[in-house]
Amino acid sequence: MRIRIFVCLKEGVLDPQGKAVERSLHSLGYQEVRDVRVGKYIEISLDAPSRPAAEARIREMCDKLLANPVIEDYRFEIQE
Amino acid sequence: MRWGVIVFPGSCDEQDVYDCLKRNLGQRPEFLWHKDRLKGKFDCIVLPGGFSYGDYLRCGAMARFSPIMQGVVEFAEKGGLVLGICNGFQILCEAGLLPGALVRNSSLQFVCRQVCLRVEETDSPFTCSGKKGQLLRMPVKHGEGCYYADPAALERLRKNRQILVRYADGKGRSSAAANPNGSLDHIAGICNEARNVFGLMPHPEDAGEKILGSEDGLKIFSSVIAACDKKEKKAWLG
Repeated sequence: MRIRIFVCLKEGVLDPQGKAVERSLHSLGYQEVRDVRVGKYIEISLDAPSRPAAEARIREMCDKLLANPVIEDYRFEIQE
Repeated sequence: MRWGVIVFPGSCDEQDVYDCLKRNLGQRPEFLWHKDRLKGKFDCIVLPGGFSYGDYLRCGAMARFSPIMQGVVEFAEKGGLVLGICNGFQILCEAGLLPGALVRNSSLQFVCRQVCLRVEETDSPFTCSGKKGQLLRMPVKHGEGCYYADPAALERLRKNRQILVRYADGKGRSSAAANPNGSLDHIAGICNEARNVFGLMPHPEDAGEKILGSEDGLKIFSSVIAACDKKEKKAWLG
């Protein structure tokens, strides 16, 4: 299985990188841009007996290492 | 006093901590390799600054899983003194020994300059030799030192008087200009509820000799030495 994991700063946590990117987009003329947030994208391959088993393992990995629950949220997609 | 200074791959201030303790305070520190288990008796374990594991993923995220950290967590739970400086502070937050997290500086820039810290609380083993309101000058050098905690966690920090040092200007006033990284509530360093684990972004080890521009950093280490003296220990334990 191929897993795509998206990690993003929680709402309410200041994202200065997102702000800087937003300002850059504005200065390039994309005035319609709002609320830019910069996150992380992680791809992993995994052997698991079933989809629920893979989900449980991924959640564990995210909670332990890949995301910091104090400041980040995560979601993931599984491709079989 | 028995000091242990942990060396992670990518640590770079361990020698500064070692030299400061040895040359300026006559201590006998010992380096501890991150892959070893924590053995032997120590009074204080220091997690130095640097870029452990290249700061990959998040600062301190991988160092917290180094073999030595399990022993550090047990040591802290038993009341042992743990001091995390800069990257060490980030590791202690990632390890859950301190609340909150350190995120990218609000300026997005790496900041390297002398700052002023105001001592907020003196009933801790890390500040017991200082005076409330006393100003300490020492350098910061970090890209991710902006302290963040959710509102409930911040309230607990304030209520339990865990904020031991805040950024301030030369007159002791906190302001956005005196805050080098956008840290919440101008927080420079916090301790845990039991007050035996302390993390701070500024570098006391780089302010231990006049030639470095300040000797104020010694206040932090000499507080630990004083606290380990029995009488003082009782004082901060209440």
